[in-house]
Amino acid sequence: MLTFAIKRIMQSVVVLFVMSLIVFSMVNLIGDPVDMLVNPESLPEEIDRVRQDFGLDQPVHIQYWKFLAGAMSGDLGNSFIFGRPALTLIIERFPATLELATSALIIAIIVGLPLGIYAGLNPDGWGARIIMGGSVLGISIPTFWLGLMMIIVFSVLLGWLPVSGRGETANFLGIESSIFTLDGLRHLIMPAFNLALFKISVVIRLARAGVEEVMALDFIKFARARGLSSQRIVRSHLLPNILIPIITVLAIEFGTLIAFATVTESVFAWPGLGKLVIDAIVNLDRPIVVAYLLFVVTLFLVLNLIVDIIYAALDPRVRLQGDDL
Amino acid sequence: MKIKRSKTMKISILKPFFMTIVVCSLGFWGGSASAENLKVALAAEPTSMDPHYQNLTINNSFATQVYNALVLQDVNQNLIPGLATSWEPFDDNTWEFKLRAGVKFHNGASFSAEDVIASMERAANVPNSPSSFATFTKGKSFEVVDDLTLHISTEKPNPFIPNDMSRVSIIDSAFVDATTEDFNTGVASFGTGPYKLNKWLPSDLIEISRNDDYWGDAVEWDSITIKPIKDGTTRTAALIAGDVDFIERVAPADLPNLESRAGISVFKSVSNRMLYLTLHMTDNPIKPFVTDSAGNPITSPFQDVRMRKAVSLAINRQAIADRVMDGLSTPAGQFSPEGYIGYSNNLKADPYDPDRAKELIAAAGYADGFKLTIHGPAGRYTNDTRILEAIAQMLSRVGIDTSVETMPASVFFKRFASGGVDNKPEFTAAVSGYANGSGEPSHPLRIFIHTRQKERGYGPGNRNGYSNVDVDKLIEDGRSSMDIAKGEKAFIEATDIAMKEYALVPIHHEIATWAAREGITYELGALDSTFLHFIRSQE
Repeated sequence: MLTFAIKRIMQSVVVLFVMSLIVFSMVNLIGDPVDMLVNPESLPEEIDRVRQDFGLDQPVHIQYWKFLAGAMSGDLGNSFIFGRPALTLIIERFPATLELATSALIIAIIVGLPLGIYAGLNPDGWGARIIMGGSVLGISIPTFWLGLMMIIVFSVLLGWLPVSGRGETANFLGIESSIFTLDGLRHLIMPAFNLALFKISVVIRLARAGVEEVMALDFIKFARARGLSSQRIVRSHLLPNILIPIITVLAIEFGTLIAFATVTESVFAWPGLGKLVIDAIVNLDRPIVVAYLLFVVTLFLVLNLIVDIIYAALDPRVRLQGDDL
Repeated sequence: MKIKRSKTMKISILKPFFMTIVVCSLGFWGGSASAENLKVALAAEPTSMDPHYQNLTINNSFATQVYNALVLQDVNQNLIPGLATSWEPFDDNTWEFKLRAGVKFHNGASFSAEDVIASMERAANVPNSPSSFATFTKGKSFEVVDDLTLHISTEKPNPFIPNDMSRVSIIDSAFVDATTEDFNTGVASFGTGPYKLNKWLPSDLIEISRNDDYWGDAVEWDSITIKPIKDGTTRTAALIAGDVDFIERVAPADLPNLESRAGISVFKSVSNRMLYLTLHMTDNPIKPFVTDSAGNPITSPFQDVRMRKAVSLAINRQAIADRVMDGLSTPAGQFSPEGYIGYSNNLKADPYDPDRAKELIAAAGYADGFKLTIHGPAGRYTNDTRILEAIAQMLSRVGIDTSVETMPASVFFKRFASGGVDNKPEFTAAVSGYANGSGEPSHPLRIFIHTRQKERGYGPGNRNGYSNVDVDKLIEDGRSSMDIAKGEKAFIEATDIAMKEYALVPIHHEIATWAAREGITYELGALDSTFLHFIRSQE
């Protein structure tokens, strides 16, 4: 088990290194940040000063070497725009995105699971058809458009919810989050639902497929034969069996929620990572772009690692394969 | 002496105007304004609360709320007294600034000439600055005559020292060594401006509150909460839903809806942001973006002024304003919009005259036509891609077979400035934009019109090789004469010549927009950025 974990971690480090090389060189191919940063009215020596201060006068391989040396000690460089460490900026914005992604994930499970199970248990009913039709819509409607529609309906027409931004935050058990205030929740609910919609559909489809598959298996038939109530069958026998694949998928989907909350964050002016990185891309703030991508890669690697380790613990076959590598 | 008179005149003209504002706002004061919080949504937010960190429009316009410079700019960028009550040439190379007495910083410290020295020192030396203010302090020596008198000298006569002094925020000398972080966290962010900085949550909100000891006209709102909302539709929705009271940059598509909506007022103003077309006008190098009909690169036809004029006449500016910009632009014939510094009465936007354009093209020997690619940024200026497409169609109609290539701004500006051979500008024809940030009339001339002379700071934006010795001389003479009125005349003359030779082809000035709930007004000027102290409530 331990050797398996260590091997995977070693692999992750290699992946991270290769990613950093790819990302760094790609980012350096595009444009010139100095053109974006320095006010055109500045004196010519100002342009040279900025180029030197930011190390952009060096060849790319030297820049990369310096970056790598810094990265070893946890320094991913200073943001060109904000003049602060890129990693610090990312860590500062991370809680807002994490809070949004977590809420979206919880919503996806709370809403998606019961609907999916219902659709799986009554596959031919009208309810199931509506749910499945809805899930197709949920997958195909663009997040951006839906976000705007939600704003128009719930904020502009009905006036129930605030249009944008993050509400008041409060500190609870050392965690600063807007989940702990009413104002914060009111701000959170629309973006969280917007982000969750796609995942709700995914959960519905996974749950329904799982239910249909498991319901046909012998142990359910035996449970019925034992005269157990439908409720008990669903709760004790069906649910644990369909949850394994759903949790596996959601663990990875959680990564995508964090990494690709960008659109939702832009629509709702949510002060998270997505906004930071979009501005960084537009303004060629290379250190932020690189740090963000490496952060996301790390996030996926960690999530994958956790999933793999859990799998290995659950399923000896995976562990054996791992030993062969 | 002449100069003195012209300066005092400017101030005395403005004075009654200011008095009216004071009276109006005082009159209102008795009413219901107290204890009011204004919520404003802006399209972008400053990159720092440090007023010396980055010379960037949004940073500078926000800094004016918390800090003052020695000299302030009004809505049309005319210079008005700030922390200096008056300024005049002392000798050929020196300006004397009389400073305002009794001004206090937000932390209670008194303002004196030492603070100016400290601010200038810090402004030029902020570590990691992506665009520093050294541009405005370089080559100047500062001498404290007494607590409230300051001499600023340069090696050569420099009539624009007051303009430069309007760009640098004055901080308390106690914070000369403060870091940018100290300003961001509020440890050092004490100015003399109309508002105090309460807190900044990056990308979430900025909160400022009224400085009750402000030396100038008291501002109306007890406090202002500023939210950065980048998406235009979300900003509009926030205003309609009542989340915010005031927004900038209304998305053109939302404009008709907002204008017809009860309870919302929309403000429009012609801004000094000009969109222009630049045409390569030297024979070297031959660029691949102009070819004969067979596809072989040819030297730029735009060396011939008739061809540049033909391009200008072929562009239907009014159609672009009406159909592409939804009415949010006004045809331009020069850098400045009417009523703004450096505006020449002799220049009008060229009319749309495709027949005359065809004649000129034939006269220049290109009757058989040629192929042209025009370049531009996508998403940098309002409707930039669509404008390029419109221009291409219009040029094709007069026989120049034009295609369009757009790219993200970050890619465009590099290639525009130095993408060609030997790091020369790459494009033959390109659309870009310009807005005068300095408030001095020679600014666009120095950057775009003067022959490119990098080491002297002339022509950094001159990418098409335009060069006219007479124009250069007018610009240089104007920039080294302490006689400001004479200088302005020289600049207008230089503008007239350069525009008639199509050093650039102006397309239009953008119309800036704001919207607010009923009962709020905004003072309009030539600037498209938002100045919070211009947001007032109606009587």
